[in-house]
Amino acid sequence: MSEGTLTRMDLSEAVFREVGLSRNESADLVESVIRHMSDALVNGESVKVSSFGTFSVRSKNARVGRNPKTGEEVPIEPRRVLTFRPSHLMKERVDAGNKS
Amino acid sequence: MIKSELIQKIADENPHLYQRDVERIVNTFFEEIIGAMSEGHRVELRGFGAFSVKKRNARTGRNPRTGAAVHVEEKHVPFFKTGKLLRDRLNEK
Repeated sequence: MSEGTLTRMDLSEAVFREVGLSRNESADLVESVIRHMSDALVNGESVKVSSFGTFSVRSKNARVGRNPKTGEEVPIEPRRVLTFRPSHLMKERVDAGNKS
Repeated sequence: MIKSELIQKIADENPHLYQRDVERIVNTFFEEIIGAMSEGHRVELRGFGAFSVKKRNARTGRNPRTGAAVHVEEKHVPFFKTGKLLRDRLNEK
């Protein structure tokens, strides 16, 4: 598996190459995509992107947790968590691309 | 929200862009992430989350219906971890 991490900058660069916009505007558009997805999720909506996957927000009940180091019981507040379910296409492509 | 609604929101904010260009931008965004992961890369979007690839070792599975042992090959699966900012936003009072 090759090393390397992509960031917003790499996605902006890809948008810049794909569409004839300035680098600045490409970066702003990448930011808008992230912002709209975040806002929908914060509003409790799920975000479904065909052939990519689904982000959904789940509510978790309060429970008693434990500090694994000390064994001390600590209350865990009810909270919302985000889960991502990759599409079949994403799973297939990621698995195929990483075969050794 | 589905992808076409995401595209529409961005198109509404950018009336100077053609709808088809907004579609290409949004598709490129997602395509680039899948492409990177299929080359074994991680994609880190600070504040939103990070996509990475996890290796699952080969194992002996069982057909739950018949109980027969089946060999499951090693595989690589996509994984997403929510970023701190978004995690906090989901839980702000």
